[in-house]
Amino acid sequence: MVRNGIKKLYMFIMLLFLYAPIIVLIIYSFNDSRSRGTWKGFTLKWYAELFTNSDILTALYYTILIAVLSSVISTIVGTFAAIGIYGMKNGFAKNTVLNLNYLPVLNPDIVTAVSLMTLFKFLRLEFGFTTLLLSHITFCIPYVILSVLPKLRQMNKHLPEAAMDLGATPFYALRKVVIPEIMPGIVSGALIAFTLSIDDFVISFFNKGVGVTNLSITIYSMARRGINPVINALSTLMFVILLVLLIIINKKDQKDLNPKKVR
Amino acid sequence: MKKTRILLLIVLVLSVGIALVGCGDDKPTLNVYNWGDYIDPEVINDFEKEFGVKVNYDTFATNEDMYVSIAKGGTNYDVTFPSDYMIERMIAEDLLAKIDKDKIPNLQYIGERYLNLDFDPNNEYSVPYMWGTVGIIYNKKMVDDVVDSWDILWNEKYQGQILMLDSQRESIGVALKKLGYSMNTRNMDELEAAKEELIKQKPLVYAYVGDEVKELMVGEEAALAVVWSGDAVAMIRENENLAYAIPKEGSNIWFDNMVIPKNAPNKELAEEFINFMNRPEIAARNAEYIGYSTPNTQALELLPEELKNSDVAYPSDKAIENTEIFLDVKDVLTIYDNIWLEVKSHR
Amino acid sequence: MKMKIFSYPYMLWLAIFIVVPLILVLLYAVTVTEGGSITFTIENLRRFLDPNYIDVLWISIKLALETTVITLILGYPIGMIIAKEKPSRRNTMILLFVIPMWMNFLLRTYAWLTLLGKNGIINYFITLLGFEPMNLLYNDGAVLLGMVYNFLPFMVLPIYSVLAKIDYSLIEAAEDLGANKYQIFTKVTLPLSVPGIITGITMVFMPAVSTFVISRLLGGGQYMLIGNLIEQQFLWVGDWHFGSAISIIMMIFILIAMAITSKFDTQKEGSSGLW
Repeated sequence: MVRNGIKKLYMFIMLLFLYAPIIVLIIYSFNDSRSRGTWKGFTLKWYAELFTNSDILTALYYTILIAVLSSVISTIVGTFAAIGIYGMKNGFAKNTVLNLNYLPVLNPDIVTAVSLMTLFKFLRLEFGFTTLLLSHITFCIPYVILSVLPKLRQMNKHLPEAAMDLGATPFYALRKVVIPEIMPGIVSGALIAFTLSIDDFVISFFNKGVGVTNLSITIYSMARRGINPVINALSTLMFVILLVLLIIINKKDQKDLNPKKVR
Repeated sequence: MKKTRILLLIVLVLSVGIALVGCGDDKPTLNVYNWGDYIDPEVINDFEKEFGVKVNYDTFATNEDMYVSIAKGGTNYDVTFPSDYMIERMIAEDLLAKIDKDKIPNLQYIGERYLNLDFDPNNEYSVPYMWGTVGIIYNKKMVDDVVDSWDILWNEKYQGQILMLDSQRESIGVALKKLGYSMNTRNMDELEAAKEELIKQKPLVYAYVGDEVKELMVGEEAALAVVWSGDAVAMIRENENLAYAIPKEGSNIWFDNMVIPKNAPNKELAEEFINFMNRPEIAARNAEYIGYSTPNTQALELLPEELKNSDVAYPSDKAIENTEIFLDVKDVLTIYDNIWLEVKSHR
Repeated sequence: MKMKIFSYPYMLWLAIFIVVPLILVLLYAVTVTEGGSITFTIENLRRFLDPNYIDVLWISIKLALETTVITLILGYPIGMIIAKEKPSRRNTMILLFVIPMWMNFLLRTYAWLTLLGKNGIINYFITLLGFEPMNLLYNDGAVLLGMVYNFLPFMVLPIYSVLAKIDYSLIEAAEDLGANKYQIFTKVTLPLSVPGIITGITMVFMPAVSTFVISRLLGGGQYMLIGNLIEQQFLWVGDWHFGSAISIIMMIFILIAMAITSKFDTQKEGSSGLW
């Protein structure tokens, strides 16, 4: 039981580490001063201001929309790509694809941003929602592939072959055998894609068009004048909503799963 | 597969949302590109109502970011707000349209000393929006010397309590001014001397900071910092132990002006907007909201006493007699960049 | 097996959105624009040989390496603990580790300033306990803390996903054969999780080399990192050619470093190159 206690303590410390800044953020969303430097008393005015600030709400909307779309699309494309790459014979072609796949992970944001911007200009695409989405998908896919590949390597190679020997079509084998096996990899890939998309500033800034914006752009461009605490209020609300959703899903999962899983 | 269905539903709902946001009515639109939080939001609403138009309001974080997104083409902004040296560069690169001054009668309210400056000699391309100086903000509890010279930032007494700006032009400019040179120098010896000064100062510096300087000074994390006057106003409002001084050797005076990019789709409406922004009561509302200094002399009269009489926001002519505007140093920029790299990597 | 056809759509994507931009960057790196005409040159690449620049690259790589090692040490146990949870709780746990990253990066990093400052929240508690306030901000420790903070989830996720479905019969077999817990970990669990570790290292090390905002904010701008240098060239100096050259050189360095790492990958299954 001591081991268990150590485990719990360790997880607690790690979560405290991750949530410490979030707690600060939440506390300062109730600060009556515009500055984080001083505490001038409790207020709810930033929350009231939030709902009249249509710019921030539009930015929030685009942020979520882009994050959901780009993580869904890049997860689908990335998962298939990973399966395909896994199926390729070792050699020059496979290595090239894998190495190219690293580039968006490796490059500083500004290089990815500027090179995509030049590409879109060259393709004569109008900067706007589409270019923004395309750029997000581009930097998300490599992360999905990176997350799915180790799961494929871990899978018993003969599993899909056995399924096909037993008469399954490749697609059926994929759906019923491979995908369930690599699911944790797909889920982490999707989570990473969502995380990257929701928090991206540089690439979004240079690849968006007039009238399209996201929260990162709004926040970074406020920095010169000091970030409006309305943003803290928004983050607090987002965080609370996420936490509540998490608790609901957790409760539901426990109910759904427990009767079935006898262990 | 229930989760997939939920996911699809979310995507669907969001897509419907975008359709609704996307297709507005076919009112004329004005695309404004400004610094974040750099206008009273109500002013935009009022402009929309009065002229029956829709304003797309986008924001940027630095002059350089703005420059790249205008220069790349493909984005059609009607009005944007670059600073002095950037205006010079944009004019030189033929990125700006000439403003028809007859369409901007409210130009008459702009003070004489804010017009016809070096970066745009006849104000053919730009109309002043906000201005300010660079100076030293200090905490009266922690600093007992008189702050009137850049020398104090080299005073060993304040080791570990000095904040410098993490910005090449400003920091090298401070060193140049301390030595009595111009902030726009192209003289290699002078730049070399400025570099030595900055390296000499490095052990005393607590940190080279950016926008977070405001919170640090308000929170009394340091005694002295180089800041922009507009931020100084905001900082002093939050912490009354703070005071601001423009060093006697001179400093930088800066301008953010309104310009119309060459590829603006709606130039006439843009001029209408610039004129609107220069109405004294509108300019006053913006100046009050932002806290930076307005060049609009009529607007100044409408400001609350406290702001109007502030030495920080509206220094006397004498205080700013040695100030200089940043000019685009063009090819020497690489030298500045190398100096900064050497200063930063010096251990 | 005909699995490879699944990668064809991505190949097309790769060609358009990664290869073409790469060629653009390469072109910028080996050219200069003078008075409107473009000439080929290796001057940009040669310029980087300045000891100052090499130093910057070295410092960036060192910081990224330190970050990777610490996230691995801290992240592995997290991944393992979550993987051993009941399946119904795993998703919640893993989300708990990801959600903080959904809050804006700048806000989170600014919050660290509030926590670590001379008059910050942590020092407040330290003085409350009767100790002298400490200098927590603007040093190597602060930078490393910020880096680890931002990259930890990228290490935890891949390690967790590999450990989540480890073949438990292997562990049972090892137990039956008399292996103790330590042996099971080093001989069974750890080798089986190598693919996850490699992915984790990749996802932390590679982006860590080129990030610089954390070091700028928490290190007090005292460090010049490679990402910083590249951004300066692209935005401030406006020299896209030199900026591209720096990033090409950085890419080559990192890909070599990763190739070396993959040599430690014991589960190679005959593959060569990075994977």
